[in-house]
Amino acid sequence: MTRYIVRRIVLMVPVAFLVTVIAFLLLRLAPGDPVLAYSGEVRDPEILNEMRHSLGLDQPLPVQYVVWLGQTLQGNFGRSIRTHQQVGEAIVERLPATLELTGVALLFSVTTGLIVGTFSALYRNSALDLLATGVTIAGVSVPNFFLGLMLILLFSLVLRVFPPGGYAPAIDDPLENLRRIVLPALTLSAATLAINMRQVRSSLLDVFNQDYIRTARAKGLSEGAIIVGHALKNGLIPVVTVVGLQVGALIEGAIVTEQIFFWPGVGKLVVDSIGGRDYPVVQAVVLLSALSYMISTLLVDIVYGWLDPRISFTRGR
Amino acid sequence: MTVSASGLERTEAAAPVDASVRRAGFFATLRRHPRLALGGGLVVVLVLVAIFAPLLTPFDPVVGDVSDSLQAPGAVHWLGTDDLGRDVMARVLFGARLSLSVAAISVSIGVGVGVSIGLIAGYSGGAVDLLLMRLIDALLAFPGLLLAISITAALGPQIQNAMIAIGVISIPVYARLTRGQVLSLRELDYVTAARALGVSPIRIALMHILPNLANTLIVQATLTTAFAILQEAVLSFLGLGAQPPSPSWGQDINYNQRYITNLMWWGSVGPGVAIFLAVFAFNFLGDALRDWLDPQFRRRA
Repeated sequence: MTRYIVRRIVLMVPVAFLVTVIAFLLLRLAPGDPVLAYSGEVRDPEILNEMRHSLGLDQPLPVQYVVWLGQTLQGNFGRSIRTHQQVGEAIVERLPATLELTGVALLFSVTTGLIVGTFSALYRNSALDLLATGVTIAGVSVPNFFLGLMLILLFSLVLRVFPPGGYAPAIDDPLENLRRIVLPALTLSAATLAINMRQVRSSLLDVFNQDYIRTARAKGLSEGAIIVGHALKNGLIPVVTVVGLQVGALIEGAIVTEQIFFWPGVGKLVVDSIGGRDYPVVQAVVLLSALSYMISTLLVDIVYGWLDPRISFTRGR
Repeated sequence: MTVSASGLERTEAAAPVDASVRRAGFFATLRRHPRLALGGGLVVVLVLVAIFAPLLTPFDPVVGDVSDSLQAPGAVHWLGTDDLGRDVMARVLFGARLSLSVAAISVSIGVGVGVSIGLIAGYSGGAVDLLLMRLIDALLAFPGLLLAISITAALGPQIQNAMIAIGVISIPVYARLTRGQVLSLRELDYVTAARALGVSPIRIALMHILPNLANTLIVQATLTTAFAILQEAVLSFLGLGAQPPSPSWGQDINYNQRYITNLMWWGSVGPGVAIFLAVFAFNFLGDALRDWLDPQFRRRA
């Protein structure tokens, strides 16, 4: 197991290297002279050249990459072109709001997916199952920005139950914080909820056909004990993988969801930065989310092996 | 992303084509597979709408009558009008053109580049394979939408660049799918025989391996089309895809969302439902095609 983890981490290094190259090149692809973006109104060629030199932009591209990588590894992502704030600082400021939103959305989609998926599998082809299947298909096909707008229309403007957007820190006003998170979390969880429901249902159906479940029934165990103690225990293993891989989907969803609900998180920061051609911020967020996605994938694989002892790590794959 | 990713896992196991699939007549097949008929029917309607959009509405999608602005859906304007008096229905119908052409081009980029990488990597093996696959891993490490957003932002917010970005993020699926199939197919006897006969590697890849991949690729391309329509809508919604005044579903939702506060919902609902139907149609068709074309999947059912 330890050997496997070490091997996986070693294999991650070249991929992480390529990820940094791509993130670096993305900034260089951007049209326009970066010096002009930083200099504001100044157009004196001499001053511009001096700035270019001090920013290291007169160096060849590979040198620039190495310098950039060195700074990035120390957590220095440069300054925002728009606000001149340290990029790392700007991201850290917005991170709690995003983590809260994605956390609540994930919690909601996992618990609801588990409950509805289980009942769907138990009462196959019932009205509930058909309804759940319908919701599943709708959930993966509806764009979440449209879903968000429709939720605002219904719950904020017509029924006036929840506010249409904005954020209230939990420390200042926990109740208002909860009230404001309902709609964005619901929006963000729709796509993953659909997938979780489908995954729970299909893996439970697989498990129900296996011998050990029949044995448990023959032993006279109650249906509840069979589901909780036997079926879910094994049936949930594939679900762990699916949920683990949803980190990427949640990051993507947060970009749009935060935009619609004026949620002051990292996703809104990215969209605002793109509008303002603030490439250092975009680059940092892209790089950090790719790295966190890679790490979460690794964690999923480790947890998967720990849950399912049948998986052998010693034979390479 | 997740939709096509789950599609990938299942289609990966596809075995060489089962000839009996092809024997049944066209309509008999549709009758036996109602889901195929429904999904396919929706897609055909969508394509027809895109082609014949000018014949389906008397209104111009770009130039409106300002005296007619912000009309609720009614007898004249079935889906209402926006603040410039443009007919929402006309914009939705013409929007299908943009949406489908973006999807077609970006899927072509994904298939073209992805399959080539997969064929080269799977067939050459060794260092080439290792290098190409690490590159694909690196592309997969980025959340797709975020990568698409930054590519589009870097190249400039234009619909052509959105197509490239969506194409790039769909490359990894095809590369992995193709490579996996090549690895298993190239050990089969008929490929070994071809190699022994001195057939060139390029010819083996194109004439002997690619045809066996066709079914898997068709299923994946259908699912990726749904994904591409969704991504284009998001990019246009964020102002990175289609630019005004050209009719685009995502961009129109963004443009009209400010009137939702006044309960003038129709400007956003029309294009939103259109996106949903288009994505649903391709997802549904993709799933049905998989059941029909993938012999292993069929046997299990």
